[in-house]
Order: sequence, then C-alpha cells, then structure tokens
Amino acid sequence: MSFEADSTGGATRLRFTGSLSATEAARLWNEAHKARDGASHGQSRILLDASGITALDSAGAALLVSVAGQEAEWREPEDATAAGVLRRFRSGLGEPRPPKPGAPFRPITSLGAGVLGLARNLRGRLTFLGETAMTAAALAPRPWRLRWVEVLRHLDEAGTRAFGLCVLLGVLIGVILAFQSSIPMRQFGAEIFIPQLVGISLTRELGPLLAGVILAGRTGSAYAAELGTMRVNEEVDALRTMGLDPMAWLVLPRVLAAMLVMPVLALVMDVTGLIGMGFVMATLGFPPTAVMNQLVQWMSLGDIVGGLGKAAIFGLAIGYIGCQAGLAAGRGPRAVGDAATAAVVGGIVALVVLDGIFAVLFFRLGW
Amino acid sequence: MAEDKAAMDKAKADAVITAEGVAMRFGTNTVFQDVTFEVRRGEVFVILGGSGCGKSTLLKLLIGLMPPSAGTMTVLGEEMAKLEGAARRALLRRIGVMWQSGALLGSLTLAENVMLPIEAHTKLPEAARRMIAMAKLGLVGLSDAADRLPAEISGGMLKRAGIARAMALDPEILFLDEPSAGLDPITSAGLDELILSLARETGTTFVVVTHELQSILAIGDRCIMLDKEARGLIAEGNPKHLRDESEHPTVRAFFRREARAGV
Repeated sequence: MSFEADSTGGATRLRFTGSLSATEAARLWNEAHKARDGASHGQSRILLDASGITALDSAGAALLVSVAGQEAEWREPEDATAAGVLRRFRSGLGEPRPPKPGAPFRPITSLGAGVLGLARNLRGRLTFLGETAMTAAALAPRPWRLRWVEVLRHLDEAGTRAFGLCVLLGVLIGVILAFQSSIPMRQFGAEIFIPQLVGISLTRELGPLLAGVILAGRTGSAYAAELGTMRVNEEVDALRTMGLDPMAWLVLPRVLAAMLVMPVLALVMDVTGLIGMGFVMATLGFPPTAVMNQLVQWMSLGDIVGGLGKAAIFGLAIGYIGCQAGLAAGRGPRAVGDAATAAVVGGIVALVVLDGIFAVLFFRLGW
Repeated sequence: MAEDKAAMDKAKADAVITAEGVAMRFGTNTVFQDVTFEVRRGEVFVILGGSGCGKSTLLKLLIGLMPPSAGTMTVLGEEMAKLEGAARRALLRRIGVMWQSGALLGSLTLAENVMLPIEAHTKLPEAARRMIAMAKLGLVGLSDAADRLPAEISGGMLKRAGIARAMALDPEILFLDEPSAGLDPITSAGLDELILSLARETGTTFVVVTHELQSILAIGDRCIMLDKEARGLIAEGNPKHLRDESEHPTVRAFFRREARAGV
C-alpha cells in the first residue's frame, strides 16, 4: 500500500496504490485528508487516482470517498473487485443529502415538551386510577370473579418473602432510635421515657414509612418490571383480545395484595422495633417490666391502629403506581428499566406526600 | 453464466467451514449427531430443517458460542471453540452474524449499532466509522432511519439493520439466522438479491439458516437438511436438485409443501 500526493500545474494528484484495507485506511486517514485540504486551500484541482488499487474493503472505500469529497475528479480502480466494492459503497451512501435544518431553540422546546409530558403523564395516571376504580366497583358485587390465586401469589411474594428483611430492619431501627435518643435523654435523667419516644415514633410514623419503602423497592419495582415486560411482549394486548380485562386480571390482584400486606409488614416493623429498643433499655439497666409499663401507660391502641391504617393506604398507592408504570411502559429493553425506576421513585414520593397529608389530618382530628 | 461456473469450480478447492462427525447433546438429549459437511468459499450455503431440529444450535456451534459435544468444526481453518484471546478476536473479525431478531443494542441508534463492531476491531476515526455505517445502512435501504433507536422501527427494519451490522467489517463469512422470516415478500426478495450480489461480487460466503422455500431456491447454491427424528442430516446438495429428485419422504414433503402425518 502506498499513498502519494504530487502537484503539477494547477492540479494535485492523490494517488493510492496496492491493497487498501481497514488497517491501512486508519493509518492513512489523517495524512490523506491533510493532503487534500492543503490542495483545496491552494485552489488546486484535485485528481483522485485509485487506478492502482488492487484490493479494497469498506474502510478503504470510505477513505477514498471521504478524501475525494464533492469536487475531486476520479480515476476508478482497474481491479474489477475493488471497483465493485467502491461502486457498492457509493450506492449505499446514496446522493449526498443536504443537512437537516437545525432544531429550534433548545431550552424552550425542551421546556415545552417537558410540561406537555408532565401533563400527559398526570392525565394517564388519572385515567388509570379511574379505570381501576371502575373495575373494582364492577367486581365488588361479584368478588369470586377476582383471581384470588393471583392475590395469594402476590401476598406471598410481597409479604412472606419480605418478612426476614422487615425483621432485620425493624430490630436495627429500634436499636438505633433508642440508642440515639438515650444520649440527650441521659442529660436530663429522662432515660425512662425512651420507650414512649421510640414507641410512638415507630408505631405512628416510622413503622408504616419503612415498610412502605421496603414495599416500593421490592414489590413496586417488580410489578412495573413484570407488567412492562408483558406489555413489551404484547401479552397485555393478547389478554384484551381474548376478552379478559387486564385491570381485573393483572392490576387488581396486585394492588389488593399490596394493600393487604402493608399493615402486616408495618406491624412486623413495629413489634421488632420495640424489641430492638428493649435490648438497648436492658443494656442501660432497665428491666423489661419497666419498659412494658411505660409502653402500656403512654401508648394507646389508636397509635398502632392509625399507623396500620396509614400503611394500608400506602400499600394501595405503591401497588397502583407500580402497575401503572408497568402498563405505561414503552417498547424496548430500556422501557422496562425506566418503568421500574418510575415505580420506585413515584412510590416513595407518594409515600412521603401521603404521610404529610395524614399528619395534618390526624392533627386536625386530634388523634 | 460460464464465468459463474468457472468461479464455482475454483471455489470448490477451498472449504471455509468443515464439520466432521459433529454431535450436540444437552444432558441425555441428543439434538443431532454425526453431522458432516463442508462450506466452500463464495457459496450460499443453506441450513434447512423443521422447527426443533437443531438449526439454531448448529449455528451457535458454527459461530463458536458453545463447543460441540463430539466431533470437530473448523471455521476459516481454525477450531473456534478452542480459540481464546487475540486469536479468537482475529477470527471473529472475519465473520459476521445476523441474529434472528436483529439483536441491536437498544440504547444506541442504528448507525451507532453498525459502528460498534468497526470500533471494536479497527482504529478508524469516528468520521470513517460513521461513513461506513451509512453506506451499509444504505445497502439495506435504511439510510433515512440511521439516527433512530431500535425501539422506534419495525421488525423487518430491525432485521435489515442487523444485516448491516453483520456486514460492517466486510466479513469473509456471513451467518444469517432466519433472514427472511417475518419480512414481506418484496423486502425478502430484495434481501435475496443483496445476498446474491454480495456472494457473486465480493466472494463473501453465506451460511443461511432458514425455512423460507422461495428464498432457499433463489439463493441457495448448496444446502443441508437436518431432521428431528433422524437426529442428523437427511439430505445434502443443490436445493433445486433436491426438490426435483430426492426420494426421502421428509425432503419431498418439505420442498413440495406436502403435509405429512405427525408433522
């Protein structure tokens, strides 16, 4: 392989000879372009002489076509195979197209698209909420039509299998809360009130909230990924054409399972958290009876039941957001990942917003 | 035609793929055994067979995704299953594979997908890679879709983009898994023409797994037929000859589209 550029009179001849393969093309790419640019700046006519080329591949053809540009005169390869490669390469490239008109001012278009997308998203969620409610209302008088086997399966997956995780997190959170509050409480000699503090914050707030985070991470994302994959594989459309309502078939069992399982998970968090707190109290020198007494004296059943009720609503929201994200998934492998992300993010945001609403509500009601 | 004939005779001299006594077993389940054939340079070689006969498994053996349970299989003179590291890369650079559903990466545009193997195997600059990608996409009629994502185009377009990616490095052997399945007859015929012109003009060898009868007869120089019950080859030769002359009941049924009991 050799490349040479020589200027005579008003013309520059760029001559390629021998075998021009990908390795050679990569090596010569910059050199050949520099020679061409030098010649066209010097107002010189360019003659691309490829007649001596004996072998050519696509990379070589790309080099020739790119160096030649629009204006050069060609001497085609004499070798028939090389000429064929070049001809096919040109036919593949087609006529050079004018560049597309530039996009309008970026920030404004993307702002507009973002707002529209948000509105569409909200609308989709509301429609979905309406559809779910309609289906649930239609099924309510005939509960045997719901697929209870599916509900059980999802109860198992969202509940039984999350049990260990809940116990672990509950004990740890109880220990951490008790330990951290013991430091300021000790300054006032008020360590005896730690059970009250931990008990109320666990049952009213942290138990349901942490159970919700577990559910959103484990189950909400799983719903979204499962339903998203089904949608990508057109299984949802298949259900619909068989006359089966995807809402009753796919969504309701999942949402129902999430709603039923959440109070249980929250209760597990409550109980294990209190046990963790008990450990810390024991190391601080308070016997279990003292801790028990404090809890019974200061906590009401309302604290626990209110927390568990909240948990059920959290479960409803998380299950619903997971299913909605899955069924709204687009096509392609990324769509499923996006749906899972949307389910977890949406679930946790909904969790905190709902918790805020409950806080205000309970305060006003004096609970 | 005389030139074609002469070229074919010359090509007979060197086999690019040889399989000798190849068998594939999964546990106790034998997919096929004692499969022996060779593929010659520049021919379009078709692997035929009904569903579940091991066509796709044979293709996986050919491209070195798994080793055969028994026998030897060489591609371009090397035993792919035993190669590692640089030698394997060097061999992979010389073959191209089109997967059944395209197997394009979902996060890259079509052009970027085609540029991928070029980037992996050469030091060409970005502009060169893009130009090659555009030329290859143009050959399969996808110039206008170059900047779209795989999720945005139809199944037939995905398949054609898969071929463009397989051709990116001008491979010596192109493996195509069901290239025309799911395509409309016009696109499929265009694909057959592209395969034939590449085979005749550049000497690219094609190994095509398919069961589209029309396309087999249009492009196939030679074919082998696998059978599920026989667990191996039941026919080898030119597809037109097989259609006209074979006595084997399954081969006859396949080429004449006769229904057979139990199939």
